Amino acid sequence: MIPAPFDYYAPTSLAEALTLLQQHGDDAKILAGGHSLLPAMKLRLASPSVLIDINRVAELRGIKVNGTVEIGAMTTWSAIEQHAALAKACPAMADAVSLIGDIQVRNRGTIGGSLAHADPAADIPAVVLAVDAQIHVEGPNGPRAIAAADFFTDMLSTALEPGEIITSITFNSHGPGESSAYAKFPHPASRYAIVGAAAYVKMENGQVTACRVAITGAGPKAERQPAVEQALIGTDGSADAVAAAAAHAGEGMEMLGDIHASEEYRRAMCKVYAKRALLKAIERAR
Amino acid sequence: MTAIEMKERLVGRALKRREDPKLITGHGNYLDDIKLPGMLHIALVRSPYAHAKIVSIDASKALAMPGVVAVFTGKDMLDINPMPAAWQAAGVKNYPVPPRALAVDKVALVGDPVAMVVAEDRYIARDAADAVEVEYEPLPAVVDARKAVEPGAPQIHEAAPNNIVFEWECGNKAAADAAIASAEVVVKEEIINQRLIPTPMETRGSIARYDATTGEWTVWMTSQAPHVHRLLLTAFVFGVPETKLRCIAPNVGGGFGQKIFCYNDMAFTMWAARKLGRPVKFVEDRSENYKYSTHGRDHITEAELAGTRDGKITGLRVKTWANIGAYFSTVAAGIPTTLYGRIITGVYKIPAAYVHVTGAYTNTAMVDAYRGAGRPEASYLIERMVDRFAAEIGMDPAEVRRKNFIQPEDFPYDNGLGLLPYDSGNYEPALNKALEIAGYAEFRKQQAELRQQGRYLGIGISSYVEICGIAPSAWMGGQGWGAGLWESANVRVHLTGKVVVTTGSLPHGQGLETTFAQIVADELGVPYEDVEVQWGDTQGTPFGYGTYGSRSLAVGGVAIKRSVDKIKEKARKLAAHLLEANEADIVFENGRAYVKGSPDKGKTIGELAAAAAVAYNLPPGMEPFLDETSYYDPPNCTFPFGTHVCIVEVDPETGHVKLLRYIAVDDCGNQINPLIVEGQIHGGIAQGLAQALYEGAVYNEDGQLLTGTLMDYAVPTAAMVPHIETDHTVTPSPVNPLGVKGAGEAGTIASAQCVMNAIIDALAPFGVKHLQMPATPERIWRAIHGK
Repeated sequence: MIPAPFDYYAPTSLAEALTLLQQHGDDAKILAGGHSLLPAMKLRLASPSVLIDINRVAELRGIKVNGTVEIGAMTTWSAIEQHAALAKACPAMADAVSLIGDIQVRNRGTIGGSLAHADPAADIPAVVLAVDAQIHVEGPNGPRAIAAADFFTDMLSTALEPGEIITSITFNSHGPGESSAYAKFPHPASRYAIVGAAAYVKMENGQVTACRVAITGAGPKAERQPAVEQALIGTDGSADAVAAAAAHAGEGMEMLGDIHASEEYRRAMCKVYAKRALLKAIERAR
Repeated sequence: MTAIEMKERLVGRALKRREDPKLITGHGNYLDDIKLPGMLHIALVRSPYAHAKIVSIDASKALAMPGVVAVFTGKDMLDINPMPAAWQAAGVKNYPVPPRALAVDKVALVGDPVAMVVAEDRYIARDAADAVEVEYEPLPAVVDARKAVEPGAPQIHEAAPNNIVFEWECGNKAAADAAIASAEVVVKEEIINQRLIPTPMETRGSIARYDATTGEWTVWMTSQAPHVHRLLLTAFVFGVPETKLRCIAPNVGGGFGQKIFCYNDMAFTMWAARKLGRPVKFVEDRSENYKYSTHGRDHITEAELAGTRDGKITGLRVKTWANIGAYFSTVAAGIPTTLYGRIITGVYKIPAAYVHVTGAYTNTAMVDAYRGAGRPEASYLIERMVDRFAAEIGMDPAEVRRKNFIQPEDFPYDNGLGLLPYDSGNYEPALNKALEIAGYAEFRKQQAELRQQGRYLGIGISSYVEICGIAPSAWMGGQGWGAGLWESANVRVHLTGKVVVTTGSLPHGQGLETTFAQIVADELGVPYEDVEVQWGDTQGTPFGYGTYGSRSLAVGGVAIKRSVDKIKEKARKLAAHLLEANEADIVFENGRAYVKGSPDKGKTIGELAAAAAVAYNLPPGMEPFLDETSYYDPPNCTFPFGTHVCIVEVDPETGHVKLLRYIAVDDCGNQINPLIVEGQIHGGIAQGLAQALYEGAVYNEDGQLLTGTLMDYAVPTAAMVPHIETDHTVTPSPVNPLGVKGAGEAGTIASAQCVMNAIIDALAPFGVKHLQMPATPERIWRAIHGK
């Protein structure tokens, strides 16, 4: 409820934010929407001595959809949720964002903040994996892009280097025959994913020619599901084919277990939610 | 009909709550809104261990921090007594170990406060609390009530051997044993009523101010019963005259029982305010509320129900372990005894019943009354067992209920369990109405068809009776309650004709301000807007027992009506004098006293109030002013009842439950404000279905609360509560002149088993006979897949 004391900065440009981050190093935390960081501080699970609030950095906000989708890191969930062209370009993103927290959370929470925090039960990591997004960051050594597949390294850990800030996320808009979906088993209290599955498919001439599936919530980090993808590509995407492919979901993944869902149950739910996401994506793609 | 136009009656009308605009626009005045000049703030140092000896406490680093005024430990406060144990189990030996202001020598739960930091602001206090160094010697812990009383379990209190708080029984053991031994059918089940955390929106706290010149305290507190707290804190904890303490409950942001009790913070803020000569404030945060303020339920029960193949219930035997937590909370022992065991047979005529309850200390938060308090546990148990019995003999559960209901001609009904007689009831029409709304027969057909398609729908029935208007004093005295249980009201009609009602009740979300004003406006015949209702300050309100146990209308409301009756009688006498008429010829009606047969010859209540207030011309011997107080002690409790029905669909792949319909037919006697009744029913159902589906406080074996935040403990949001179809029957209570029964807890008492019965009905094709709550998707998935 009462955080430990800290200094607070509110830069208005990315350059200023990066300078502050460099000055304060490990003592500093970037404050985006604050929905993970502030509760942790109030419970004194985190006690950074410096907060750099980047909510006033206008250049980090905004959505562009034009063959490619570009979402500024400080774009709120509600801005994403309300963007009609984005929903068309990537239905999985719209599905997932509409299921995050509640309206208040979506009005404050940001896509960049969520990715940087890499909560194992966050929704959006599964989506960025399924759409094969690039995560653009800027740091003391200039800008670079990290593939979503390389971004999540472990529980609450990412490929971000010290001093780096996420600036935007980009991925391709879905083209003809392509679609995506996200299916979620929400935690009854936190609304985080107990299991969340994002699926992208490409259908050509009645066949699945491309597929990416990612699962979040079940394990320490969101992960692609190569066995599911391989089993589905080349099939007709029928309910039976999807069920057979989805049965591979969770294979080789470490599972988390807690009072709300055991490891065994999460493993079983990976298959169910992978199937549901795929069925929806295929239906949309047809 | 007289020539005077009848004023439209307000009783029975669904008026919007007059208290809401202030509260929902952020203009309420809650405890944490109160800031006194020079006020200090308290942060507690709480035990991280569930059970440990306190080896040493070193506060030197904290004391050295700027802004820290003092650090106190439990040993500093040995000059005050432990908190009181006000309701003990009746007729048996109790081993009450209530908490002290701060723990001394050892801790018995995670969150037990061992020291308090007093500082200039809350932030400094919190930082300094981290700097207090406490050395503990951890001891083994026990969190399960049944395990706690087994030989060899860790001993929590020296004064309570084997961790037993009490062993209590009611009913006829020999008869129940015989009924079960000779029965055609016996069903047996272990039924767990899991621990819940009340979660009022506002957490708890107190602010104390001490005046050294008079030796008087003022304490602002989050309280459902400030008069009772005043009495307990002065007479029992501090040993000072009660006139030395004024208690004020400002707006209270929900209680659900948790704010009935006398808590340590009330004592340590008073103690510190006296010691330091400055006002001190303590407000718990949510994590502290979850760890240390009271929880509810937490029963483990072995139940056996006996009956005949044709559906007659012949016996019930119940053995319950009730978890009391680490210490004895204020009324903890009354809940799993009087308010549980004595109503265990519910709406059924069961010739032989017996209940045995063991209250046990464990290394967990204290357990005390939570919305429904004992009655939800009883209702859940009997309604699950009746369904279990119906399934066993292959009879429709509605039919089994009909066959065993107490009949209208049986009232007043003595259930043989030591309760006062049920006042009135007519159970079958409520059941029939609920089933009709649900389309029961049609649903059963649809259910069978859908099962063929692999869809699993279920219907659940819950027929309940509960105890409201908790009183009367003489009976409660025999139940181990350490005081009376009447209610008070003062009604004054000012010179201007404005009416002020002060009540000993303590509205904190029930809409009583509106309900009471409706009654008074009708009875006195004054405009609704002219009636003001006041409460919450022991200075200026008559002594009252407060709001809990759905008692504030059936007891507090009647006290108000009686004060109004006295005012009307005085007004009639005054009118006779002023109109120079015979007193016997004066009629008081519709806000006016007039001469019978000459309605134009009369005086309004406003005119009479003015005449009484200026007192120029009063009849001989009459005192000025229309100002009357009543203390109402009813002859009995009231017994609302009803039937809830719900329809669910279970997703066999995941175990998720979808609530398709929820139907509530309640009979709370006469309704003063149907909108408020409906709101109470809705809120109650939300809490009950949350127990069935979502909520459950979980401790690990070391006594760490795993559901310690709202990220882990699943209180439902509005989106998780279905549309509720409400209806009612009306069987007025003969107990009180308003014919009211009470509605504050009915929804909670009826709903958990309604949802569980529906889920278990849906799972019948998988051979599922019982499931424990909460029926989480995983639990259901395991039941379906045999895992």
